[in-house]
Amino acid sequence: MKHIKTINKANLKKSTEKGGCGECQASCQSACKTSCTVANQDCERK
Amino acid sequence: MIHQYELNGYKIVIDPCSGAVHLFDDTAYDIVSLIKTAPLSPDCPEYIINELSSKYSADSIKEAYGDIYALFIEGTLFSKDDYEEFAEMLGPAPIKSMCLNVAHDCNLKCEYCFAAQGDFGMEKGLMPFEVAKSAIDFLIKHSGGRRNLELDFFGGEPLMNFDVVRKTVEYARSIEKQHNKNFRFTLTTNGLLLNDEIIDYLNKEMYNLVLSIDGRKEVNDKLRPTCVGSGSYDIIVPKYQKLVRQRGDGQYYVRGTFTRHNIDFTDDIIHLADDLGFDQLSLEPVVTTEETEYGLRESDLPAINAEYERLAKEMLKRELSGNSFNFFHFMLDLEQGPCAIKRLRGCSCGNEYIAVTPNGDIYPCHQFVGQDEWKMGNVLEGTLDYDKKRYFSKTHIYCKDECKNCWARFYCSGGCNANNYESLGSVLKPNRLSCELEKKRLECAIMIKVALATQD
Repeated sequence: MKHIKTINKANLKKSTEKGGCGECQASCQSACKTSCTVANQDCERK
Repeated sequence: MIHQYELNGYKIVIDPCSGAVHLFDDTAYDIVSLIKTAPLSPDCPEYIINELSSKYSADSIKEAYGDIYALFIEGTLFSKDDYEEFAEMLGPAPIKSMCLNVAHDCNLKCEYCFAAQGDFGMEKGLMPFEVAKSAIDFLIKHSGGRRNLELDFFGGEPLMNFDVVRKTVEYARSIEKQHNKNFRFTLTTNGLLLNDEIIDYLNKEMYNLVLSIDGRKEVNDKLRPTCVGSGSYDIIVPKYQKLVRQRGDGQYYVRGTFTRHNIDFTDDIIHLADDLGFDQLSLEPVVTTEETEYGLRESDLPAINAEYERLAKEMLKRELSGNSFNFFHFMLDLEQGPCAIKRLRGCSCGNEYIAVTPNGDIYPCHQFVGQDEWKMGNVLEGTLDYDKKRYFSKTHIYCKDECKNCWARFYCSGGCNANNYESLGSVLKPNRLSCELEKKRLECAIMIKVALATQD
């Protein structure tokens, strides 16, 4: 492609196939405790 | 929908529903800003050519439109939100995370403390071991098939009750195997009571440690005084340095709060990194109302946003020169973050995550502690309010009007429920200031990813 560079291909839809196991860390248990960010958590199944 | 923005010279387009991130050139960026909704037509619409004909040739516009259309067909641009069906299936889940408030008391008197100097507006007190033991039993009992269980020792200052911390860890370890569980302990401390023995213990037993400090000495000491009014910086810094030095590869965060007094917080982060030698850093906006002297206001947004940009550029420069540090709120795994289902309801407080007070009362999370209307049981009595649990299990992004069409919904997952309730009286109404800061942090984090991915 001449006008667009894709940095990251789609993966969110694929993640539903094996997702929802619930083993990953609750976001507030890491370092935040006051402001929610979820996308920085690790997936336990990767 | 898409989200497009320009930062540090990069024209970035995010496709929220697929998670794709693209770097556009000028032509494609201008074209995509004119496209309101999907589906896209295979040929470039005349109105786009007419609108941009003074800037680009028709051939160039058609070519760039072709690239956009190809991504649309591929499902990485203007992709549909197909997740609501999963949200409708969400329901009560096993409890797997617990914030154990082993001390409702504190040896610091931080002005901005959301726990009201440690006691959450309740009676001061330390958690007896029998309550902690019951909390462990409660967690195991309600954790169903979940193997990894998280327990955060919190307060107040948890090291004021170190003996109970130690006994609780020992008890949980003694029974985890028979229940096929794996406990991950964390502890959040202000550092005052750290000594060699405690440092050794924490480095051995804690999966993660959160060490509180706000940055530069004058910034830290202004709002984090000891009970006698002197600053805490000089006491805690050497202890933190020793702990981190001895921790090896173990996870930790040096974590602080920024307020209206230090909107130039990049200087605090750089101080923690360069002058003190820490490389795992977190600095968060203060949680309070606009009425306080140090509370952040909407009018501060331009300055805070500019500061996040300054921090992002500084971090990028360091990444490229091999002198980087990690900033919690710019951490983003574009390739393999949490699954879409996790992203629908975020922290899952009150459902998968609960907080327990020294007398055993259960609240949806540490920030709800002390609000009677949110009390949801007691570990000593073995009670749990399943209606409240069900309510939180169904509190997802599609219940929140401001979230369901927001581009950041799969990154922040609907914001902090407690923060929402505190500021606007409803779990379902996100706090606007928090949202704007979250979106800015995401834009900065993604810009860093884009910049690193396009280096020659």
